[in-house]
Amino acid sequence: MSALTQSTPAAARTDAAPEKELRPPSYWPFVVPALVVVLTIIIFPWVFTIWMSLNEWKVGSPTTFVGFSNYLRLTTDPRFLEAVGHTMVYTVLSVVLPLILGTLAAVVFHQKFAGRGFLRGVFIMPMMATPVAIALVWTMMFHPQLGVLNYLLSLVGIPAQLWVFHPATVIPSLVLVETWQWTPLVMLIVLGGLAAIPTEPYESAQIDGASFWQVFRFITLPLIMPFLFIAGMIRMIDAVKSFDIIFAITQGGPGSASETINIYLYSVAFTYYDLGYGSAIAVVFFLLIVALAAVMLYARQRMLWTEIASGA
Amino acid sequence: MTSINVRQIVGQIGLWLSVFVIVSPAILFFLWMASLSLKFEVDNAAYPPVFIPERIAWKNYGDVLASNRFLTYFVNSLIVTGSATFLALVVGVPAGYGIARMAAHKSAVVILIARITPGLSYLIPLFLLFQWLGLLGTLVPQIIIHLVVTVPIVIWIMIGYFETTPMELEEAALIDGAGRWQVFRHVALPIARPGIAVAFILAVIFSWNNFVFGIVLAGRETRTLPVAVYNMISFDQLSWGPLAAAALIVTFPVLLLTVLAQRQIVAGLTAGAVKGG
Repeated sequence: MSALTQSTPAAARTDAAPEKELRPPSYWPFVVPALVVVLTIIIFPWVFTIWMSLNEWKVGSPTTFVGFSNYLRLTTDPRFLEAVGHTMVYTVLSVVLPLILGTLAAVVFHQKFAGRGFLRGVFIMPMMATPVAIALVWTMMFHPQLGVLNYLLSLVGIPAQLWVFHPATVIPSLVLVETWQWTPLVMLIVLGGLAAIPTEPYESAQIDGASFWQVFRFITLPLIMPFLFIAGMIRMIDAVKSFDIIFAITQGGPGSASETINIYLYSVAFTYYDLGYGSAIAVVFFLLIVALAAVMLYARQRMLWTEIASGA
Repeated sequence: MTSINVRQIVGQIGLWLSVFVIVSPAILFFLWMASLSLKFEVDNAAYPPVFIPERIAWKNYGDVLASNRFLTYFVNSLIVTGSATFLALVVGVPAGYGIARMAAHKSAVVILIARITPGLSYLIPLFLLFQWLGLLGTLVPQIIIHLVVTVPIVIWIMIGYFETTPMELEEAALIDGAGRWQVFRHVALPIARPGIAVAFILAVIFSWNNFVFGIVLAGRETRTLPVAVYNMISFDQLSWGPLAAAALIVTFPVLLLTVLAQRQIVAGLTAGAVKGG
């Protein structure tokens, strides 16, 4: 009986889309448990966060509806605006450096050599290792007196640095950790791109006597562009949200020199327990990430159009 | 003839040099981490730094393991990661199957939102919810919130995997009168084992590594290992040896898994499943 009722709508559609016979709604039971989980832990928190952001909501005191005043407060909060600036600097550096280094690494890993699989496993260890454990060791390495980094610098005659202990060098130092950690991800994505490139253009380039750089610039780079774009997008999303490394190494310090939006959000919500204001930051933060992703997509689209327009 | 050989040899040397340059930041870092963890304080405070100590301080590891709190935290980590991964597989594998078969690609948008959302934004409302339910102080809140990490990973990987598995067998079984559940259980699931392995490994790693949820939700008795290590940084900053030993113990299972299962991990990561939260 149930088989009959199920087959009717499918049968009615067969003339339009014969390949979709096996698409009755009976796959829904497979999805329902996950749907319940997703509603509880992803959708509900989002709806509730938006609601909270419209309220004065502090732990231990009664809540009052305040409309958009939390959002208005953001526009004049110097610490928030400063955090936006830090986040932007941190993100741009943490996208660009891994993209460059990761592409170079992918070109090397695209060659055949003994033990490639094992070394690729070693190479991706930084991104899989527990961030807090890594942060702890980097903190020791950054130590101005006892740290191994200043010793290494002294070997090549560079004076000792204060690394994460000075406002001017803290963000570049954290970016160093982030780059070390996430270059492997870019490498993996670009490596996938390299594997998909056909060999013909390389053969004809070789016949024409093109140099290594010319081959890279005019054949490899355009062909891996879509993969670089995906890598850049993922990297941007992760860099903007970066928390573990910054929190464990500097907690946003010294002062507030490395306080990014995410770190500030943590302080507001879980140090001051100002949950309403924290929720407003969370909403704006999310919109900012979506906006950045949209800008990247738009730029990519524009690039494609100019390529087509220039007859490439 | 010889010039070609020379060129080949130079090329080989160049290749190995570049491989060495590329891999050394990772290798040297973890070797230095091991070195720190195996040195007595005298050697760790020495300048210029000591790379290979004359006396090895195994006692650093003994100290860490002997403190019974560390074992508690280890068990906490096992429970949280184990439960969150198990639950994610139970709900996520069928969901990935259903979404792939219905070709309901739009539902993947929810996964993308989860991927973009900063972990802290889940914490604010869920923190209140757990407080209201009186669950703070148990491991339950952490298990639930780790689902934010594990469920999207599992669903995302399983959608991709089920889309590549052949439909013919399933269709044949359906024609033979098997129910959808039977087809899933006896045909689709066995074929999907490699995909499930990828989802399992990545879910375990990213849940094990998670720090931000624990720092808010964990009490003194319910800390997971990353939170425990973080608290060690702030409280006994002076003894580097035991600290580095603790850090290495926390991350060692993950590093081992990375090297042993690098093929699965690479497959999963290139499919776009990177840490949620």
